Amino acid sequence: MELGPYLLLATLEGAVTAAVLALTASGLALVFGVMRVVNVAHGEFFMLGAVIAWWVASHIGGAPVWGFTAALVLAPLIVGAIAAAADMTVLKRLDYDPERTIVATIGLLYILQQATLMTYGPDARPVEPPFNQRLALPWIEWTETGLGLYWPWGLSTTSYKLAVIGAAVVVLLGIWALMTRTRIGLLMRATQLDRDMALAFGIPVERVYALVFGLGAALAALAAVLIVPIQQAHYLMGHDPLLLSFIVVIIGGLGSLPGTILAAIFIGLTDGIISVFFSPTLAKILATLLVALVLVFRPQGLFGTRAA
Amino acid sequence: MLELDAIGTGYGKAQVLRDFSLSVNAGEILCLFGRNGAGKTTAMKAIMGLLPLWSGDVRIDGEAVGALPAHQVPLRGIGYIPQGRRLFTELTVAQNLEIGLRARNSGPEVLDEVLDLFPRLRERYRQRAETLSGGEQQMLATARALCLRPKALLLDEPTEGLQPSMIEAIRQVILRMRDQGVAVLLVEQRVDAVLSVADRVAFIENGRNGEILSAEALRADHTLVDRYVGI
Ligand SMILES: Nc1ncnc2c1ncn2[C@@H]1O[C@H](COP(=O)(O)OP(=O)(O)OP(=O)(O)O)[C@@H](O)[C@H]1O
Ligand SMILES: [Mg+2]
Repeated sequence: MELGPYLLLATLEGAVTAAVLALTASGLALVFGVMRVVNVAHGEFFMLGAVIAWWVASHIGGAPVWGFTAALVLAPLIVGAIAAAADMTVLKRLDYDPERTIVATIGLLYILQQATLMTYGPDARPVEPPFNQRLALPWIEWTETGLGLYWPWGLSTTSYKLAVIGAAVVVLLGIWALMTRTRIGLLMRATQLDRDMALAFGIPVERVYALVFGLGAALAALAAVLIVPIQQAHYLMGHDPLLLSFIVVIIGGLGSLPGTILAAIFIGLTDGIISVFFSPTLAKILATLLVALVLVFRPQGLFGTRAA
Repeated sequence: MLELDAIGTGYGKAQVLRDFSLSVNAGEILCLFGRNGAGKTTAMKAIMGLLPLWSGDVRIDGEAVGALPAHQVPLRGIGYIPQGRRLFTELTVAQNLEIGLRARNSGPEVLDEVLDLFPRLRERYRQRAETLSGGEQQMLATARALCLRPKALLLDEPTEGLQPSMIEAIRQVILRMRDQGVAVLLVEQRVDAVLSVADRVAFIENGRNGEILSAEALRADHTLVDRYVGI
């Protein structure tokens, strides 16, 4: 294959990574933005989403689409409820102290991971995609008659991958609408801007926090349900999403949602392209290096407007 | 209406208020007067439940609220205009007011009333709070608290950094609230501003009660004020 089609393929793979990453990282950014909590267990909520998706799908018979649809609804709800419970029983008691919540979420990370290992086991298990047509993609070339289309061998994607990208866009638009167009979004933003004044105007900040923590985890879980037909569920699968989400949130300007999404697209695409042409490890190394540079030269993030 | 009964509180281990008591009646303006760092803002935070009480209690209409979760205190009808305004900066004027309205389910007629008091806010309705001028921000902070239909109003240095015409506007609003039967607790540094609105003046010294005098007595004898301000 020539370079052009190869690049298109890498870009499509990167777009899937970007879509899933944008969802996962928005969850992390939301929690950090509103609660100022650095949630180290975020990757485990992602992992739980995938494992629960497998569990739900394997308990529901019939066509794969039923199991997958059930997982799409149930996994984020269950994971969100677990996270909200963790918030109310652990983080709240620490008074959301920045340092102690980091330690607490590290503890949560190991609890969730080991509990999954003990119950679900060490195997990687697949979830069947609800639909999965192979779509051959055309490329352009010069022929004697002028510009023409042809279908290079190996240049293809699947309808499912395109659906993942579409779903991520829809969910992110939904989050944006929730934050800017609804009463509860207004309360979340007020809490984010000034917690004490939110309290002084009767906003039940503790409930807002539980909701935000649950919502953040549910976004990670949703991202995992979307990716699990492509990637398989495994109890250690939370590491990469956690690392990449942190990278994206830092580059995106610590808690700013639009910045996070832009950064996710940027990191996702470069990750896809570098992974295809070189190696996935190099992609991670470069992304981490970029974070280091951003932290040194632009601590407010590439897209952030003010210091956090 | 609003009573502080021998409250003690502070930050971390540092105690600021000690056995501090006050009571503000409905339809009365009580001025809390004291030097920088005396504990005036701390007293207001304690009333709002933003600082835990170490001792004593706060009562609203006879109901003890000291042990309530902080977000339930304003629901009893307390409007707070904090020092430095503390607006929700990234939200618009409309959204800041909506948060005030939401607290006690005030209807649209309350919003209309409040906007009639501050017509400037109507012109700036869709503008972000951080883009308002200092005076407009103070209007918004005041309007936000009035949206709660308060029975008691706490104002912490509302005239800080304002020009005379703006100070007069705020003063008129305070007087109007008093005439409507609201209990007003006002922290103010400027003696003339205090004496022109207050019914009573309570002095606070190092977190403890000083004298409580009628404003009339103070207007008659300025040396009392000088003793507390210590110019
Ligand atoms: N967040 C805080 N943490 C620790 N100490 C504080 C805090 N806020 C205030 N203090 C201390 O509490 C004391 C009282 O402060 P407070 O803000 O109540 O004073 P104030 O009477 O409002 O003064 P001003 O007229 O300057 O506004 C001061 O000694 C101050 O240093
Ligand atoms: Mg003060």
